Amino acid sequence: MKDQQALFQFLLRMGDNSLILGHRVSEWCGLSPVLEEDIALANTALDLIGQTQFWLGLAGEVEDKGRTADDLAFLRDAWDFRNVLMVELPNGDFGQTMMRQFLYDAWSSIMVGRLIKSSDKRIADIAEKASKEIAYHVERSADTVVGLGDGSEESHARMQAALDYLWPYVGEMFDGDEVDAAMVAAGIAPDPASLREEYDALVNKVLSEATLKVPTDVFHHKGGRTGYMHTEHLGHLLTSMQWLQRAYPGATW
Amino acid sequence: MSKEWPLWEVFIRGQHGLSHRHVGSLHAPDEEMAIKNARDVYTRRNEGVSIWVVEARHIAASSPEEKGPLYEPSNSKVYRHPTFFDIPEDVGHM
Repeated sequence: MKDQQALFQFLLRMGDNSLILGHRVSEWCGLSPVLEEDIALANTALDLIGQTQFWLGLAGEVEDKGRTADDLAFLRDAWDFRNVLMVELPNGDFGQTMMRQFLYDAWSSIMVGRLIKSSDKRIADIAEKASKEIAYHVERSADTVVGLGDGSEESHARMQAALDYLWPYVGEMFDGDEVDAAMVAAGIAPDPASLREEYDALVNKVLSEATLKVPTDVFHHKGGRTGYMHTEHLGHLLTSMQWLQRAYPGATW
Repeated sequence: MSKEWPLWEVFIRGQHGLSHRHVGSLHAPDEEMAIKNARDVYTRRNEGVSIWVVEARHIAASSPEEKGPLYEPSNSKVYRHPTFFDIPEDVGHM
């Protein structure tokens, strides 16, 4: 694989994670259990979409075929997306959404911490800017996971169910392939597996404070970040997210 | 026990050197979440450098019915304003 192709794939993975999660979180707009959480979730979604503009914008530059961040977001079909499966899963209840947010934020906060030292200055700059937003996201989602996990009997049961459902999707964030090997060789990005120890320390600390039990099953789903196979949910998400550009090609406002 | 989160009053300092100003209120389960919610609800457009929150029940307030005894007596004390006094020309700017 040529270096530029590997870099393009890496950037799609970063951008698609934040794009798809950002869209999922935006689905709560106007529907959250309380006004304050509604605004907080909308802020998080906007941060994620903002990060997407940088990642996919740079992906388009690296690809060098004249595609913009918007083109990549709105004119690709499901098989071209490179996000991990976890972010495309449906929101479920508020607890499940916050559990997914925490499991992602924890990874994301460690990842951008490493990317700040990337040999590619464009990537280091994006990571630097995103790191402040992500530091807040993980603080907020961790607090909510603890509040609900160590809350009432019902909230605890819902958070444990959310963790049991989402845990098999965590492992994919630490899978590596030839794209990652090329990034490591060029000093651009870390080996995903090298993030696992720090991740487990953070996640175990928060989940134990939340009185939740981490599942012991080591099986994990995969296929999102390689594009091998997404869940059925991504296609449904795209029909909604991409509807306007599909129905009115090139529409602007 | 009420299932509603308590009400918090939010004060934001717009920039260093200014005092905190009351900007509104919100609901939150505890003080840390109240500060986070205040950040999300009231500083989205770069309004603040510092946030105070206080649970509304801890604020002691004057009663509107007492406005006569509380405020009217000062209406007739114009000499409490410095502008009441004539300053001799010789003094210059004070």
